[in-house]
Amino acid sequence: MSTSIVILGGGTGGTLTANRLRRLHRDDDVTITVVDQDDDHVYQPGLLFVPFGMTSVDDIVRPRSRQLHDGIEFVASAIDRVDLDADQVHLADGRMLPYDVLVIATGARLVPEETEGLTGPGWMDTVFTFYEPAGAAALARELAAFDGGRIVVNVVDLPIKCPVAPLEFCFLADWFFTERGIRDRVQITYATPLDGAFTKPSASEALGGLLADRGIEVVTEFNTGEVHGEGGRLVSWDEREVPFDLAVVIPLHGGAEYVGRSPGLGDAVDFVPTDEHTLRSKVAPNVFEIGDAATVPTSKAGSVTHFEGEPLVANIEHHLAGEPLEPTFDGHANCFIETGYHKALLIDFDYETEPVPGHYPGRIGLPLLKDSRLNHLGKLLFQSVYWHSLLPGRDLPGVGSAMPTAGKHLPTRSKEHAP
Amino acid sequence: MTTTTIAGVAVDTNDEGFFTDPTQWTEEMAPELAAAADIGQLTDRHWQVLHFMRDEYFEKGTGPTVRLLGKASGVSVKELYQLFPKAPAKTAARIAGIPKPRGCI
Ligand SMILES: Cc1cc2nc3c(=O)[nH]c(=O)nc-3n(C[C@H](O)[C@H](O)[C@H](O)COP(=O)(O)OP(=O)(O)OC[C@H]3O[C@@H](n4cnc5c(N)ncnc54)[C@H](O)[C@@H]3O)c2cc1C
Repeated sequence: MSTSIVILGGGTGGTLTANRLRRLHRDDDVTITVVDQDDDHVYQPGLLFVPFGMTSVDDIVRPRSRQLHDGIEFVASAIDRVDLDADQVHLADGRMLPYDVLVIATGARLVPEETEGLTGPGWMDTVFTFYEPAGAAALARELAAFDGGRIVVNVVDLPIKCPVAPLEFCFLADWFFTERGIRDRVQITYATPLDGAFTKPSASEALGGLLADRGIEVVTEFNTGEVHGEGGRLVSWDEREVPFDLAVVIPLHGGAEYVGRSPGLGDAVDFVPTDEHTLRSKVAPNVFEIGDAATVPTSKAGSVTHFEGEPLVANIEHHLAGEPLEPTFDGHANCFIETGYHKALLIDFDYETEPVPGHYPGRIGLPLLKDSRLNHLGKLLFQSVYWHSLLPGRDLPGVGSAMPTAGKHLPTRSKEHAP
Repeated sequence: MTTTTIAGVAVDTNDEGFFTDPTQWTEEMAPELAAAADIGQLTDRHWQVLHFMRDEYFEKGTGPTVRLLGKASGVSVKELYQLFPKAPAKTAARIAGIPKPRGCI
């Protein structure tokens, strides 16, 4: 009898997991099925560049099915719910898929309707998000026509995908309006629920300095309670206001809706509780997670999803062989932060180690926590690496799953003292 | 890590003043921690949130965010901001003697 592995979601994590598993199972002893609701695979990091006319939505979308290797079945349907007791997935089109191993890779969903007023009057008129293709394209038209006024970039609450993307948007906006010669007529404000520019103190300091240099005002501990699109103001829960002519809002995120419809699967906001080191779910022994859908305490990022691939697949193999799992995932995250003017900053960290200066991945490499042209080239190169190495599930040469320490200026206390 | 004396007992806290070992906390410490966070008398509503924070921490390994508190603690987000102004989840975590909620990374 063959073993059936069902993967929910054919985005970054689902695709690279399917391709990695397929390489290990060349014959038909294991069937691999990927389910997704549509056939448009968006290179999401590219969404950042769409509003500034640096790329277009067409250039960052490819068919999902074509990123999957031969021998992997692709099912195009929305998921209705998972029945954990019966080991079955029920699809919206009425079909049922039984599984031996289930991998949840359905990512994070934007829930703008959870914030009062956000999708009300002004939505897609004075209030936009670049976190999905339609919003990013609409914002491109808006920014091209914008001739002065107050722009606010607002993160409603964390977690969000790629928590550096809103900062990158601020830097690129500064550059964009400088190039257009109207920077003096545009006021850029970054309103964040955090007490600094970023979640990690060391990076927060470096980024806060860059924002100040660029004349970008930062409003901290701002927890958006209400958005008035027509009146042009954000109102926080503690009743502070930030006025705007154009608001770029990163809405609240939750997990996929079917998670909420599946008894015992998710938490209050539909993410799936996951062991942070083995990537097995805490809800059933034959259910695993990868990517943004999981509750692991590191950034929701494509790089994290990539670094999870190798330990995840190793643990699925251990599970199938009846062996104990290995707690090998370290929370490794690696983010290029585009700062405009053909430069970018790079940060690299894991569960225990803060982003520190130095070089990545070794003593000779990309500079960390410092903006440079080399990092900008790295960010651009990432798109081709994404389609040609990351999604096929290849290990990148010189870039392992575990966080490297060789080129880093680490304080004396490091990983081995972790609790 | 530093040692702080609260209600006459030495406890371990991190640079930001959060407990590193929540088992060192006792209810007697809450009023002093609340005063340090500029919160006056602790009411039943405050205690409902503090108990919920600790239950969640011991069950899930991290304290809840404001959004989760609003969905599950029985206290609305609006009221949370009245009870614990500015940063409800962070302030409540401080007073409840648990580490800073990790929702935000
Ligand atoms: C603007 C922006 C910029 C970013 N920049 C970066 C960056 O620079 N670097 C970086 O590392 N990461 C970046 N990211 C984050 C990165 O794109 C994600 O973390 C990554 O794609 C997560 O992969 P995933 O497989 O978990 O989810 P996804 O790739 O989002 O895939 C989830 C899939 O599940 C499917 N699905 C969901 N619900 C259902 C359902 N009910 N039925 C059927 N299918 C369903 C969806 O259609 C989707 O295909 C960025 C994200 C955004 C939005």
